[in-house]
Amino acid sequence: MTTETSTRIIDSATETDPSAAPTRRRGRVRAGIRRALRSWQLYVLLAPAVAYIVIFKYWPMYGAQIAFRDYNPALGFAGSPWVGLEHFVRFVNSFQFWRLIENTLTLNALGLLIAFPVPIVLALIVNQLQSERFKKFTQTVLYSPSFISVVVVVGMIFLLFSPRSGIVNNAIVAFGGEPVFFMGSPDWFRPLYIGSDIWQTAGFSMIVYLAALTAIDPALHEAARVDGASKWQRIRHIDIPGIMPVITILFILAIGNLFNLGFEKVLLMQTDLNLPTSEVIQTYVYQVGLQQAQFSYSAAIGLFNSLINLVLLLTFNWVAKRAGQSTLW
Amino acid sequence: MTHTIPVPKTAAPSPSRHDQAATPPHVPRPTRRRWRDRAADPVFNVLAIGMLLVAIVVILYPLYFILIASVSEPSEILNGNVWLWPQGFTLEGYARIFSDATIIRAFGNSVLYTVVGTAISVAAILCAAYALSRKDLFGRTFFMLLFIITMFIDGGLIARYLVVRDLGMLDTIWAIVLPGAIGVWNLIIARAFFENNVPAELREAAQLDGANDFRFFLQIVLPLSKPLIFLMIMIHLVANWNAFFDALIFLNDESKYPLQLVLRNVLIQSEVSAAGGTGALDSYAAAQRLGELIKYGMIVVSTVPLLIVLPFMQKHFTKGALLGAVKS
Repeated sequence: MTTETSTRIIDSATETDPSAAPTRRRGRVRAGIRRALRSWQLYVLLAPAVAYIVIFKYWPMYGAQIAFRDYNPALGFAGSPWVGLEHFVRFVNSFQFWRLIENTLTLNALGLLIAFPVPIVLALIVNQLQSERFKKFTQTVLYSPSFISVVVVVGMIFLLFSPRSGIVNNAIVAFGGEPVFFMGSPDWFRPLYIGSDIWQTAGFSMIVYLAALTAIDPALHEAARVDGASKWQRIRHIDIPGIMPVITILFILAIGNLFNLGFEKVLLMQTDLNLPTSEVIQTYVYQVGLQQAQFSYSAAIGLFNSLINLVLLLTFNWVAKRAGQSTLW
Repeated sequence: MTHTIPVPKTAAPSPSRHDQAATPPHVPRPTRRRWRDRAADPVFNVLAIGMLLVAIVVILYPLYFILIASVSEPSEILNGNVWLWPQGFTLEGYARIFSDATIIRAFGNSVLYTVVGTAISVAAILCAAYALSRKDLFGRTFFMLLFIITMFIDGGLIARYLVVRDLGMLDTIWAIVLPGAIGVWNLIIARAFFENNVPAELREAAQLDGANDFRFFLQIVLPLSKPLIFLMIMIHLVANWNAFFDALIFLNDESKYPLQLVLRNVLIQSEVSAAGGTGALDSYAAAQRLGELIKYGMIVVSTVPLLIVLPFMQKHFTKGALLGAVKS
């Protein structure tokens, strides 16, 4: 108690002295510490989350160095022998490398190009609906699949597209076609993956755009309507420019995740037969690392993957900034 | 860092450009007239509503089909007779599901993991978010940065697995509920809520009355934040109930499997092995007449708990998405 009062006295003394800059800075730090001590309860509230982030986020980051080592559980992350870029070189030279890059890039870039505009279009249309009840109903229906688990969605794909009893093949046969073994075909993996992704997530992404649309000043629409602008024109010249900042930011974020998207779902949709197109970098990491226990090698592949992500994110953020669009920072 | 979605400056001039095009009302203008000037835009309305109706059918029909298929005779599904109504009504699939010890245990595990996981996540997020919302917290920027960095940099799957293994959490409930407990995005949403909804004057008044930070947080802030708490609980209930990947990599003991992992094994793994060749196909079909029915039924059983809470969530989810949208 006495120390606290004494520091307060010192602090108030230094704070009133404007001439001594270094003393003042030290005084500010000390004032901060004093404030921190007084509000120790806030740090108690913060402690569990900080402990969590250190243990489950920063410790693995520290552990990612095994990508440059030959990991030996007995020696730990930092004790294992250093091998430098050996694992990276091995990966880049492996026969899997280009196939993995191609599959990852094709699947995610294609998915982004096809799936990204869908929620925007939906939001623009739903936003124009006059009937509030129909609007609400549509929203609810459109986003309801986002509550269904990935496992169930993939399970549904397997069932509905089953060559034996799936309703899709039943329909194909009914119209005189030949049944297709969708899940066993490398050609069908990407369409099914992207299609089901749109089915599941477009409605939920739509909500963000709808929220952005409601933030547009209604007076703009009012004025445009008085001037005789049609709905198409108002969408083109008011709505789309109005949500452009949100679109840009979400697009940059999506680019930054280009090599991360939907890994769990890819894993679930993999069959031995569609592997030529469905093996992506992250599923390969899972397979090599956790199923074959080649920890260091797969950690290197994972790190390689994250690095591409980070570079993509930074690049597109920079491009957007150059183009005068809103950016992440 | 807060910024609301700006009404873009580029939007303002656009209408005026059309304004000029529209001023001479009698002169027929062949260009750009097609959709023009019908207050209701009938073509637009027909197209828009048509598109939305198609989207609604595309979304709902698969779900409806699963539902009717789960109570139809398997042979009728096989022959393609089930598409609008259930054929040969039967509840055998459900009877099997509810008498299967593995499924019931997995259901119980899922409930346990979901409840414990949600409680831990929500409690930790609310506490931390409140502390971080206090502008007088010394080191606030540092802590915020500590959290935000993890949104962009990640140790990777392998290191995460090794850390959990080193902690001795493999095959325990902790491996399911702890490693993904705090999403930084949710933390940011919660912090924004506290910043916008807990006025500093309120705290000063409470402090004058002798309330410390704990008491203020528990007795004043939390009761003020019911919509946020509700949103957080719902987000985590859904996420935890649907999670399967952590269970896949961290659990070996089948008696600890959550429902989603059992579902994966029943729905996906068996289908793959069954689809291998035609010979195996026939014997599989013969041996498990009910297999199909059980799959349809399990999708329903695992999804219904969420569909029950869905109506309660929808208002709050829209709000939450909005909150997320206005934060940069």
